[in-house]
Formats: sequence, structure tokens, C-alpha cells
Amino acid sequence: MVSARRLFKHFEELVAVDHVDFDIVRGESFGFLGPNGAGKTSTMRMIACMSPKSGGELTVLGMDPETRGPDIRARIGLVPQEDSLDLQLTVLDNLMIYGRYFDLPKKVIGERAASLLEFAQLTERAHDTVEPLSGGMKRRLTIARALISEPDLLILDEPTTGLDPQARHLLWDRLYRLKSRGVTLIITTHYMDEAEQLCDRLVVMDKGKIAASGSPASLIERYSTREVLELRFPPDAGPSRNALAGIAERVELLPDRVLLYTESGDRALAEVGARGITPLTWLVRRSTLEDVFLSLTGRTLID
Amino acid sequence: MTAELETWGMEEALGARMPPTLRVLRYHLYTYMRTWRSSLTTSFLAPVLYLAAMGVGLGSLINRHVGTVGGVKYLDFVAPGLLASSAMQVAASDSMYPVMAAIKWIRTYYAMLATPLRVLDVLLGHFAWVTARLVLTAVTYLGVMAAFGTVRSPLAVLAVPAAILTGLGFSSVISAFAASQENDQGFATISRMGLIPLFLLSTTFFPLAQLPGWMHPVAYATPLYHGVDLCRMLVLGNVDWVSAGWDLAYLVALCALGAWLARRLFERRLVI
Ligand SMILES: Nc1ncnc2c1ncn2[C@@H]1O[C@H](COP(=O)(O)OP(=O)(O)O)[C@@H](O)[C@H]1O
Ligand SMILES: [Mg+2]
Repeated sequence: MVSARRLFKHFEELVAVDHVDFDIVRGESFGFLGPNGAGKTSTMRMIACMSPKSGGELTVLGMDPETRGPDIRARIGLVPQEDSLDLQLTVLDNLMIYGRYFDLPKKVIGERAASLLEFAQLTERAHDTVEPLSGGMKRRLTIARALISEPDLLILDEPTTGLDPQARHLLWDRLYRLKSRGVTLIITTHYMDEAEQLCDRLVVMDKGKIAASGSPASLIERYSTREVLELRFPPDAGPSRNALAGIAERVELLPDRVLLYTESGDRALAEVGARGITPLTWLVRRSTLEDVFLSLTGRTLID
Repeated sequence: MTAELETWGMEEALGARMPPTLRVLRYHLYTYMRTWRSSLTTSFLAPVLYLAAMGVGLGSLINRHVGTVGGVKYLDFVAPGLLASSAMQVAASDSMYPVMAAIKWIRTYYAMLATPLRVLDVLLGHFAWVTARLVLTAVTYLGVMAAFGTVRSPLAVLAVPAAILTGLGFSSVISAFAASQENDQGFATISRMGLIPLFLLSTTFFPLAQLPGWMHPVAYATPLYHGVDLCRMLVLGNVDWVSAGWDLAYLVALCALGAWLARRLFERRLVI
């Protein structure tokens, strides 16, 4: 569906997307995981034919965005990072107007709007203006709006950023449904749990570059250990790297905690105790994409 | 699903396949229809109040102490000037905050550009909408002027396109300016340093002869002067076709320049 080779984008001096390669196939849910400023939005805008590339190759739905922008956009749904809903108008108006940009007949939009409002759980709010809706409702409306043209490809740029946990889970549930209907999804996020939950395959992006790519499980397997022992200490009272040497395959000393990457967290914890190191609290958990990112870049995703 | 779908029914007659520019125009008409009541009264009330104040108030004073102005009653003189000035104001106000809102605050243009619409469609749709507003304004003004008895020639109907052209000249340049701005501070400057002085000095309220000689070229260089001149000749029926030709050429050139600038600056702003 989308193929990029050495795709490049700069704004004046600043390189936003630095020669990235990726291929997205029909029916999959493909993620771009990375911290703020990684270049995710710039990449999405190029795929959505809203922003011209500075270099490299990009094919979307078999077409060249440079020459076929309107044709490609006719078959893409975009949920931008920043909402662009018409706040003065009603929920239904927003769908009607957007559908009209695609030149769909009124009758068709009306039918689709009814089922999309059902899908977005906004049927009761159809005749309310958008302004007072919650962030989660606005996000769901933006998704419904992007689906009005029944796109082959749905691009979601940070779909749940700024939402409370309940609203996020509701939104994830809706995205699962789309996925199970076979809609191809591209999702950007800086939440590792979101990427793990929603994406079949993903790329880890940092500073405009792709640091790694694969399924969430394969990335964890490749770049992290099975388990992680997290230790917390009082401020400035943590152990030195030397004191922990040999306990785990890899040690990360973060400002607020120490991470020990190991096959068995319990065994590592016993060894920590045996060396006379006493943390305030500890936790043994499975590795996540957060650990993958840390291992790849030496930084946390959300700082 | 009823109310909204009903409102949409009216343009179904136009058919499903609609040129992109008209799709954008339809958006503007639709949002306008949601708020038309308040602005319709102001667009009707403004000419009534202006003409009443100028004609019945100021006009009778001038007629008593000065006599005629430019050979006609003061109200007859000032009314076409107000028509052109209103066109300028309507066009300017629709091309400042609404354009900035569509770029920065509500981001309507980005919503449009994620669909098959292109920047040129968005821009032409915007101009189509401003044109629609100008038609409404000019026709209302002319109607009120007729009711006040200030229309002296059948040529006055041509003052409607003349006012529209005047408005579009301002709209295109100001839209281009709006697309280049990061915030709305520049709009206050445009009004204070541009629109208000033009309104007061571009022979809307007095003939060019009242200005000192060195001001004549200045007045002649301003767009509103030509809009006022053209509208006034048409409404009063004393058309000097040579100066009308120059007025027309000036306004057309301004529209062309403004449209070209707006195209460039919209592209630069929206496609990055
Ligand atoms: N329109 C723009 N002009 C200048 N710099 C930009 C623009 N858009 C993005 N950038 C810069 O490009 C980099 C990547 O941004 P972005 O693609 O938005 O990243 P992300 O979506 O991953 O947070 C950032 O450093 C950002 O400041
Ligand atoms: Mg972003």
C-alpha cells in the first residue's frame, strides 16, 4: 500500500525525516513509534500527500504523491495529530461537509454517517455542536469523519494523545474493530503500550531515522531480555554501575530508577539482596517496547 | 438525521458531481446559513443607518449651507461611495480573521486539503464565497439606495459588479496577507493604517477637488478611489467612459495581482 525508499524531508536546516525505508502491506496495522520530534507527523503528512517530500522515493496506493495527490487522497482517511473539526457545527454536519469534499452524494453520506456515528458511539450527540464534546468524543468523530469516504488506508497520527485512560481504551477498541474489518491502518504514537496493543508491525523512529523495525514481539526479543527488574532508590542514593556488574545482561541507570535486563528477574533480585543493596521498592516485569527504545537510543520515550 | 439532511437537500438539484471550487463554496454557504440571521440584519441595517445619518442628518445640513455636492444632493453623492466602501469592508473582514482561523485556529483548510481538494480549490472557493457575500451586500445597498431615491440611472445595476470587483481587489490582497501572518496583530494595523484612512479619504464623503492638489495623485493611487469613482458614475448616470475604463483596468489589475499573490502565499503556507 505504501512504500518508501530513502524518504527524506527537511525544513530549512532541520532534517525531520532522514532517509527512511518502509513497506506497508494491505490489511496490516503498521506503527511508527517514537518520541516527540522523531519525524512521525512529517512522514504521515507525506504519505497523506499533504506535504511534498524533499528527496527519496514514495509510492502510495501504487501512485506517485507528487502527480496524483488528489487521486490518492480520495482513497485515504487522515486523522491528523491536531483536530480540524468545525466546532460551531453539529457532529452530523461535520460528517456531511467532509463527505461533500469527496463529492459523495448526500444520500450516501447520510447512510454512512448514520452507521459511523453508531460506530463512534456518537449517535446521541449527532445534533449537538462539536465544541463542548470531550477530547475522546472529538477524536472518535475525527476518525468517523476520516472513514466517510470508505478509505483503503486510514492514517492515525497520535490518535490517543491527551486522552484519559478510559477514553484511550474505548478508542483502541474501535481501532481493533476497524482492523478486524480489514482496514489498513497506519498509527503513530509515543505510547509503547498503544504500539504493542494495536500494531502488527512497527518501526521505531528517533531523530528522523528508523532505529529498528519488526513485530512488537520480535523487537522485544531482539533488543531486550525476557524480564526486567526495576529498582527504586532514594534520590542520589542509587548503586553505582560497578556495584551491579555481572547481575544482569544489561543495566540502565535512569534518574528515578535502575533497570536490570535479565532472563530471570527473581534471580537478579536475589543477587542484588546478596550484595547488600536494598532498594526502596522493586518490580519484576516483562520487557516492553519502552525497553527496546531505551536499548536502541539510551533514552526513554516520554521525558 | 433530519435537520442537517434537509438543509443539504436544496443543492441536490445541482447534481452529485460538483467542481471542487463549488464544494468549498458550499462549505462556506453552509456554515453561513447556520449564523445568517445575525449578520443578515447587520448587512441590511448598516446601509439604512448610514444613508439615514448621511442623508437626513449631515446631508440636509450640507444642502442648506453648501448647496449641491458634485452637482447633486449630498445624499445622492455619498450613497454610491458608501456602496463601494462597504464592499471593501465586507471583503476585508471576510479575508482577515476567517482566513487566519481556517489556517491556524480551526484548521479548516487542512481538513479540506486531506481530501481530494487542492490549495487552488480552497483559494477559489474562498474567493467564490467572498463574491457571494459581496453580491448580497451590493444588492442590499442598491435596494436601500433605491428606496432612499438616490439612484439616478439604470446604469446603477452595473454598480453591483463594480462593487464586487472593488471588494475582490481588497479580498485577494488581504487574503494573501492573512496567509502570511503568524497571528492576528497585523489585521488591526491593516484596519487602522489602511482601511479606515481609505474609507475617510477616498472621496467617499467629498469630491476629490476638496483635497489639496498634492493629495490628488495619492488618492488616485488608492484602490478605493477607483471603486468609488466607478460606482458613483454608474449610479448617478454621468459616466465618463475614459475614467471608467481606467478605474476598471486598475481594479482588474489589483484582482489579478492579489490572486497571484494569494495563490503563492497559500501554497507556501499550506503545503510544507
Ligand atoms: N512546519 C515545520 N517547520 C519547521 N520544522 C518543522 C515543521 N514541522 C515539523 N518540524 C520539525 O521537524 C521535526 C519532526 O517533527 P514531527 O514530524 O512533527 O515529529 P513527531 O510527529 O514525531 O513529533 C521536529 O524537530 C519539528 O520541530
Ligand atoms: Mg507528531
